[in-house]
Amino acid sequence: MSIEVRGVEKEFGGFRALDGVSLNIREGELVALLGPSGSGKTTLLRVIAGLEYATGGSVLFDGEDAGARHVRERRVGFVFQHYALFKHMTVFNNVAFGLRVKARATRPSPEEITSKVNALLNLVQVEQFGSRYPSQLSGGQRQRVALARALAIEPRVLLLDEPFGALDAKVRKELRRWLRGLHDRMGLTSVFVTHDQEEAMELSDRVAVMNRGRIEQVGSPTEVYDSPATPFVYEFLGNANRLPCRIEHGSARLGETVFTDATGLADGDGVAFVRPHDIEVTSDRLALSIPATVKQVLISGAVAKLELTMDPAPGMIEVELPRGAHWGAPFLAGQKVHWRARTARVFPASAGASPVAAPEVKAAG
Amino acid sequence: MGQATPRLLRPPPPTTEPFAVKWALIGTAVLFMLLFLVMPLAAVLSEAFSRGIGTYWAAITDPYTLKSVRLTLLVAAISVPLNVAFGMTAAWAIAKFEFVGKSVLITLIDLPFSVSPVIAGLIYVLMFGAQGWIGPWLIDHDIRIVFAVPGLIVATTFVTFPFVAREMIPLMQDQGTDEEEAAILLGASGWQTFWRVTLPNAKWALLYGVLLCNARAMGEFGAVAVVSGHVRGVTTTMPLQIEMLYNEYKFAASFAVASLLALLAVVTLVVKATLEWRFGEELAAVHRAPGGKV
Repeated sequence: MSIEVRGVEKEFGGFRALDGVSLNIREGELVALLGPSGSGKTTLLRVIAGLEYATGGSVLFDGEDAGARHVRERRVGFVFQHYALFKHMTVFNNVAFGLRVKARATRPSPEEITSKVNALLNLVQVEQFGSRYPSQLSGGQRQRVALARALAIEPRVLLLDEPFGALDAKVRKELRRWLRGLHDRMGLTSVFVTHDQEEAMELSDRVAVMNRGRIEQVGSPTEVYDSPATPFVYEFLGNANRLPCRIEHGSARLGETVFTDATGLADGDGVAFVRPHDIEVTSDRLALSIPATVKQVLISGAVAKLELTMDPAPGMIEVELPRGAHWGAPFLAGQKVHWRARTARVFPASAGASPVAAPEVKAAG
Repeated sequence: MGQATPRLLRPPPPTTEPFAVKWALIGTAVLFMLLFLVMPLAAVLSEAFSRGIGTYWAAITDPYTLKSVRLTLLVAAISVPLNVAFGMTAAWAIAKFEFVGKSVLITLIDLPFSVSPVIAGLIYVLMFGAQGWIGPWLIDHDIRIVFAVPGLIVATTFVTFPFVAREMIPLMQDQGTDEEEAAILLGASGWQTFWRVTLPNAKWALLYGVLLCNARAMGEFGAVAVVSGHVRGVTTTMPLQIEMLYNEYKFAASFAVASLLALLAVVTLVVKATLEWRFGEELAAVHRAPGGKV
């Protein structure tokens, strides 16, 4: 089922949690809402689910206004951040809940419920824990049970709030891969909220990057990473060096050196973003290169990280070199070098909203 | 190496207090309990049996005493369910919803705790009494509230008003609304959500509330004394019967009835302990909440 979010606004006592958000989610897509805390991503998810009324705008499911239906009739599968499993019920009864509360006319028979619940427990690989209480399960198992419970009502969309937030790194990775597989098999339209960019990049078909109640950019993981639309997205996704610069006649200057193209931008102050792995470092002067001094060299796994200081100094620049490339002729701390950006992106300084966290609203928790 | 070390040489666990402090604290607690709980109870029993078992038996089988026991149970049997219904709905509204006037409602629930029971009784005399606001109308229609059983019930209900709600509200607030939201999203109606999710999660608080409410309903003296009018055999509950016997210098009889009242309290405690023991495992499972949240 497709979801269309149209100009949704939400205010909590004067605080604008959502400020005119529009988003189209295609059938069968897995979309990540990515943003820092307080960016409104959980609020948006709750508005889509119907747990929160939008102050303005509308949400459409398959072109039909979802607001016309009560939450219980929307058939939305929702997985809460802390799972919200019914503590006083066994795992089996948790999963069976959605089937047992159906009106008598549409309720499956007890035998059908039993076989359906068992099939779901099988699907999420907790079949042996049916008679346990949620408190007797590990975090990852609870997460799976929460998912099985949400799937029991055969939802039209699956919404997940920070689905891996409370799990340790290893379980998180495993579950992430497993969830992606499950999504592909079931063909459900899914939306999940996360503040972890790696998670959003690995898991989703498209990412909606949110900041201060707005969507800054929507696109495939490669799109948003390779061509961020705003300074915020640049800084939030992956590492980026932020370099204050001057824009003059369509090119950007650091100090006296023109270092990258800025066609189409008006003259004035600008901010350039360069990813650490998009920087070349040489000991010789090249066209468009800027002199700097190596301050520190750190070897971290497969990459060598260099910290360069420029003189006169507008700060420090982080560079990541593949370790192989660094190996041949290693740079040493104190060495005079030249660097240049393979690709860089310049924004006018006025657009330079840095990722500042707005106050966390209650709904995000 | 560990096995070879004698037990005595092992250093005390780092979170334990020194021996003297430990026993001083335990001793104080035990002494306090003896002085203020066990000794008075023992005194009641010894006084009750001071004239022998025959007198005791005669005192508790006295027709007026039996009537007072019946009346006490009747009053509790009506006012406790009323306050369960009220307390549950109030706790549900306060813990799970946001609405205007919530803090006023919370204050109102506590009112019976802050008002002296005697005042509580007087309120009803002023309202329903012959000189009261609606007293004359009641008399015209031959409805008796004050100095009759309905008055006892109304006064007791007022005094025991806060118990159930007070026990349930903090727990229900602490539990938040995630589970309710989950239930609604799974298609449950408000009614189903309440009975299948909210209430089961709060049932232990409800039980404690009911037990406390019941204990107070049976033992209430002040408010009941004002509205009762002390009509022997008609409007005397057990506490009033005890007082009347005492004032008539029938100490043994008075303490015998008192021992019955104390027995009811003990029964309440036993019921609570039994339930906890029967459902202990489930209770523990519920309290070790998922996600570290309780």
